[in-house]
Amino acid sequence: MQLHFELISDKIPYILQGILTTLEFTMLSAVFGLIWGIILALFKISNIKILHGFAVFYTSIFRGVPLILSLTLVYFATPQLFHYDITALEAGVITFTLNSAAYISETIRAGITSVDHGQQEAAIALGIPYPKMMRDIILPQALKNILPALVNESIALLKDSALVSTIGATDLLRRADIVASDSYLYFEPLLFVGLLYYVMVMTLTATARILERRLARSD
Amino acid sequence: MIEVQNLSKSFGKLKVLKDVSLSIKQGEVCAIIGPSGSGKSTLLRCLNLLEQPNQGVIQIKDENITSPKTDIVKIRQNIGMVFQHFYLFPHMTVLENMIYAPMKVKNISKEKAVAKAYDLLKKVGLKEKADVYPSKLSGGQRQRVAIARSLTMEPEIMLFDEPTSALDPEMVKEVLEVIRNLAHTGITMVIVTHEMGFAREVADRICFLDEGKLTENLPPKKFFAKPKTKRAQQFLQKML
Repeated sequence: MQLHFELISDKIPYILQGILTTLEFTMLSAVFGLIWGIILALFKISNIKILHGFAVFYTSIFRGVPLILSLTLVYFATPQLFHYDITALEAGVITFTLNSAAYISETIRAGITSVDHGQQEAAIALGIPYPKMMRDIILPQALKNILPALVNESIALLKDSALVSTIGATDLLRRADIVASDSYLYFEPLLFVGLLYYVMVMTLTATARILERRLARSD
Repeated sequence: MIEVQNLSKSFGKLKVLKDVSLSIKQGEVCAIIGPSGSGKSTLLRCLNLLEQPNQGVIQIKDENITSPKTDIVKIRQNIGMVFQHFYLFPHMTVLENMIYAPMKVKNISKEKAVAKAYDLLKKVGLKEKADVYPSKLSGGQRQRVAIARSLTMEPEIMLFDEPTSALDPEMVKEVLEVIRNLAHTGITMVIVTHEMGFAREVADRICFLDEGKLTENLPPKKFFAKPKTKRAQQFLQKML
């Protein structure tokens, strides 16, 4: 078998632009997903039964349904239901945010319970109100404990972002497909974006290691 | 200052406190002693509502803190608490531990909070440790910082929950020294402790708890000379 990367060399800048699209989806979804995930985790540990029930039910929905189904639903059903012409970026970010929040809310909840209960008592005894206690005392310790799991989740998010190619967003995978069908060459563009995904994931992993080491200062 | 009336507390079926009444005057140092499981810590933790009593009334400075209308967060700012296991915030330096609550709860300026923190650190002999993380401190040092951290809120009442029980023996002295100095400042203190010698020397009053009941409430001289109940006599024989 012979590979002819030179035949797609003029398409490489076009494919590379897809990195921006992929990163845009991933980063927006990661940030919103983390925020929504924290809120869901707080619901889960809340004494208010309705909030707790909602968060548990919510998680079960996103666990029980394939991601590509939710994505398709959001993208195609939104215009029909709300008469709003949703873009692929919006649909992708909304779906990934909702989905990833469901998963990491479980991780964050575990992270919060892993923090010694005495930390909470010490904060209460100092008269620190609940929101400040959570934000400044408990969550920083919880997030530090679950950092490796959060990195895993962002890696999954980065790779799952390839699903947006099915709703017409021109991310890395979609661009590789376009180049492939233009040039009748399949291996070369797909291998090339595969390499790009790999490098991005490795960069993310390395960054996480540095972050972990920085956070370990107080150990 | 502290008025406890007919306090009862159960955990499930287990009755931990049975009808405890107790009155502590301003500036008084009260030591709570008794066998393990007698409810000492639970009584202490009820005083700032870390535990919610099932029955009874607790008044702090004539305010009924067990009433749902009371803003307990506000009351707690006036009650410092020191725990057996210190509970310093591990992701903050000693100084950050000490300025957080004054700045974020009392809205005191950073300069003032830092000055106050250094002042207190000097008093507990740890000024040079201000920028160190708690993990780098010994147990005794951590407990001294924890005491200093409580004092940053300028409480009128201090609660100590077995402050030396988790310490290596050679570190007990330095922590007791800090508490002893504090007792002389006129702050109201309630101390749960197993250090009998310390209780005898520092406390104005000894409260002996046995199976959830407050069976003795005497000045230390009388208590250590001869407690009224047989149970307390046995306890003292074992401890001294």
